[in-house]
Amino acid sequence: MGDWRTITVPIPSSESKNISQFTSEANMSPSSLYSQQILCASLPLAKNVHNFFRAFCTEENVDQSISYLDQELTTLGFPSLYEESKGKEVKRDLNIVAVLNCIHELLVLHRKNLLAQENVESQNLKLGSDMDHLQNCYSKLKEQLETSRREMIGLQERDRQLQGKNRNLHQLLKNEKDENIISSRATQYNHDMKRKEREYNKLKERLHQLVMNKKDKKTAMDILNCVGRADGKRGAWRTGKTEARNEEEMYKILLSDYEQRQKQILLENAELKKVLQQMKKEMISLLTPQKQKPKEKAEDSSGTVLSDVEEDTSELSKENMWELSCETVREQLTNSIRKQWRILKSHVEKLDNQVSRVHLRGFKDEEVISRQDHEQETEKLELEIQQCKEMIQTQQQLLQQQFTACDDDTSSLLQDCYLLEEKERLEEEWALFKEQKKNFDKERRSFTEAAIRLGLERQAFEEDRAGWLKQQFLTMTSFDHKNSENGKPQSAFSESSDQDNLTLHSEPSVCTSKITKSLPASPSTSELFQTVQHISENRKTRNIHQSTKFAW
Amino acid sequence: MNFSEVFKLSNQLSKFSPNGKFLASCVQYRLVVRDVSTLQVLQLYTCLDQIQHLEWSADSLFILCAMYKRGLVQVWSLEQPEWHCKIDEGSAGLVASCWSPDGRHILNTTEFHLRITVWSLCTKSVSYIKYPKACQQGISFTKDGRYMALAERRDCKDFISLFVCSDWQLLRHFDTDTQDLAGIEWAPNGCVLAAWDSCLEYKVLLYSLDGRLLSTYSAYEWSLGIKTIAWSPSSQFLAIGSYDEKVRILNHVTWKMITDFGHTTTINNPKIVVYKETEKSQNLEMENLPFPPTKAAASSLFNTESKYEVVSTPVSLQTSKPVTDRPNPKIGIGILAFSPDNCFLATRNDNIPNAVWIWDIQKLKLFVVLEHLSAVRSFQWDPQQARLAMCTGRSQVYLWSRAGCVAVQVPVEGDFQVLSLCWHLSGESMALLSKDQLCLCYLENEGVK
Repeated sequence: MGDWRTITVPIPSSESKNISQFTSEANMSPSSLYSQQILCASLPLAKNVHNFFRAFCTEENVDQSISYLDQELTTLGFPSLYEESKGKEVKRDLNIVAVLNCIHELLVLHRKNLLAQENVESQNLKLGSDMDHLQNCYSKLKEQLETSRREMIGLQERDRQLQGKNRNLHQLLKNEKDENIISSRATQYNHDMKRKEREYNKLKERLHQLVMNKKDKKTAMDILNCVGRADGKRGAWRTGKTEARNEEEMYKILLSDYEQRQKQILLENAELKKVLQQMKKEMISLLTPQKQKPKEKAEDSSGTVLSDVEEDTSELSKENMWELSCETVREQLTNSIRKQWRILKSHVEKLDNQVSRVHLRGFKDEEVISRQDHEQETEKLELEIQQCKEMIQTQQQLLQQQFTACDDDTSSLLQDCYLLEEKERLEEEWALFKEQKKNFDKERRSFTEAAIRLGLERQAFEEDRAGWLKQQFLTMTSFDHKNSENGKPQSAFSESSDQDNLTLHSEPSVCTSKITKSLPASPSTSELFQTVQHISENRKTRNIHQSTKFAW
Repeated sequence: MNFSEVFKLSNQLSKFSPNGKFLASCVQYRLVVRDVSTLQVLQLYTCLDQIQHLEWSADSLFILCAMYKRGLVQVWSLEQPEWHCKIDEGSAGLVASCWSPDGRHILNTTEFHLRITVWSLCTKSVSYIKYPKACQQGISFTKDGRYMALAERRDCKDFISLFVCSDWQLLRHFDTDTQDLAGIEWAPNGCVLAAWDSCLEYKVLLYSLDGRLLSTYSAYEWSLGIKTIAWSPSSQFLAIGSYDEKVRILNHVTWKMITDFGHTTTINNPKIVVYKETEKSQNLEMENLPFPPTKAAASSLFNTESKYEVVSTPVSLQTSKPVTDRPNPKIGIGILAFSPDNCFLATRNDNIPNAVWIWDIQKLKLFVVLEHLSAVRSFQWDPQQARLAMCTGRSQVYLWSRAGCVAVQVPVEGDFQVLSLCWHLSGESMALLSKDQLCLCYLENEGVK
């Protein structure tokens, strides 16, 4: 940033008191120049101020200037320069103190302002220098960017060139590997070889001529004596006959070889045919049991099987008749085997599909039927299984029974015995039961008779009791009541009839009400009432007994 | 198994006679004929130069010894040891020499394959056949010895000539549609001739005895083609081994491929039995070692014995990467051999050189793989049964049969590296040939482990 120096520059000031200006000098340009300019600007300002002071205030316009200043200061918030007016006078005296204070305040302000200015200037300088620096950096980076961009472009160019070269080399390599090149080179080599060979042949011819012409005596065979032929015969002259014979022999050899091969092939063919026929028979036997099962599609195949069987039997007979080398027969055989094989294959495929369907549980229109069939069949099978199980169980039981028994006869006898025993027991129990029933009836009758007797006896007893009570009552009530009462109860008690019950009820109630109050020790009228009621009840019951039979 | 003593040998030239009674071997310029059962020297002949080629005549009466450097062929008789015959090609030079099937004619191929000279031992006459092809297998005789097929090349084109061996009549002469005919071979039934092109083109042509083209087969183009071909003993199959490490089997009815056998480096199928040769641990008795160590002791120290072990699949076989920028790379099926009962096919894939693959022809599947510690040099089937003998250059001979397999150490003092072997026609014995030694091995025919 530079050195910061604070210099106090004494400014020649006339009227103003120590206005010290703090100037700051920075070793930077152009901001320093700018700041110096400010300073320069500020210096003349002082002079200007000085001049202005002279210009502003003269001896003539003192009052006006004071008033002006006062106005200005008051507007700025300073206290008035004038003294406080006493009683609205036109001329006011200058308050020296206020003036001095104002001046001081102004000085302080000025100083503050200068400080602030200084700070701002220094900041400005800083910012300026920063900006310079940044601008430099920016320009440098820009240059760098430019250079790197140029480099990149250069590299890209090189890359493109190299790739092009690479491609060319690849092409060359391809061409090298290409068969056309090889074939053309091969033909070239062949041509060269042939040329050289021709030269060589020429040399050979030449040499041969030389060798033959020389008639070298060395080229000879030195043999002690001639050896006989291997087969002992004499050598024959080479004539047309011998040539023909040689040809004949050659053809004989060839023919014999072909015949031999043909025999072998015939044998092989016969064996293979046998194998094929066996295969066909086995396939037919595999497929024919299928026609018994009621499957829709199998019916078609079984139909064809049937037809094939018929065909094949006829074919077999045919084949046995004719020679096996007949081509049509061979074709028929192969075709029938192919057919059978196809049927077998389709059958196996069907089975596979069904199995897979069972596993996968897929639905198709065609397959629903068969699945239902399958389910039905499974149900049937399950039923069968259950039945079988039950049968097995029963049989097991029977077996167990048989095992427990020692002999068949005794077991049957025992069985009979058991039955008889049970029978007898049941009969005995039945008899017992009947007897018991009789007894119960008897008892019941006796009980009823007893009950009736008991009822009668009770009735009699009650009557006696009632008579006794009546006597007592009469004796007791003879003091209170007179004949009227006697007559009524007597008539009441003497006449045992249902019709009198009501009157009885009513009279004893009247009586009892009176009696209860007077006679506490004697049997109460409630008892009386009870007995009367009892008697009436007995009569009722007796009547009931008489009316109804005691029936269990 | 019994082993005979060791005899000297040169050039690995040792052959059993076709009747199985004699064994001929060469030592430098001497020809030694022994009796097979007793190994006694019956005859000893001396040739004029170092023998390069040895061949018995078909009736086991004569032996042919060819000396290429001198251009000489000498024929010896077994019945009459004093009989001699010398054929001198002179300035024509000699590159190859072989018997005709009747045992009375010798076919010499002169230098540069200029011509084939047919020398008759009966009539002393000479015939010339011009323009024979210089190729891998240019001459083929039928099994019954009646006909000979010869590959020829005229005017940059390949031809095949069929001759009747009895009177050397040219029966048929036809051109073949090949770029560079590499070989021809008769089928064992003598009715079909297979001709194949060089490895630059995969092509097999099948001709009938009367010269008609029966069929052509080509598996692929541009890559290296056929390396080996083998007929099955019944003539039912033609096995074609190619550089793409596959054997293709053609059938004799349609001459189309019925299957191909691929030779992969890993075997995953658990049904295939894999035998691996492993070294047995040696028990060295330190105290009993003699000092200074004798040759036998020293060799026994370094000559570790090995045996077969059954390895469970998956098995990864040892491969050798061939150099691709050289011609005749060691890739592809190098050796093919059918067993005499037509049941098995033994193959060797040249970039898995330690393994012998045995294929079951009845099921057309891989049957057994035998992996060895060194590269398999050669193998040969027993002429009588399905028993395979192999050698890898170690001092052991390996045998495989359906019953199992065994590795037998050759009990010889010193180092005996079996480089090739050769069965006796009865299947009872075998000649083991090393660089300069010969050993006979007698087998008991029952109970080979």
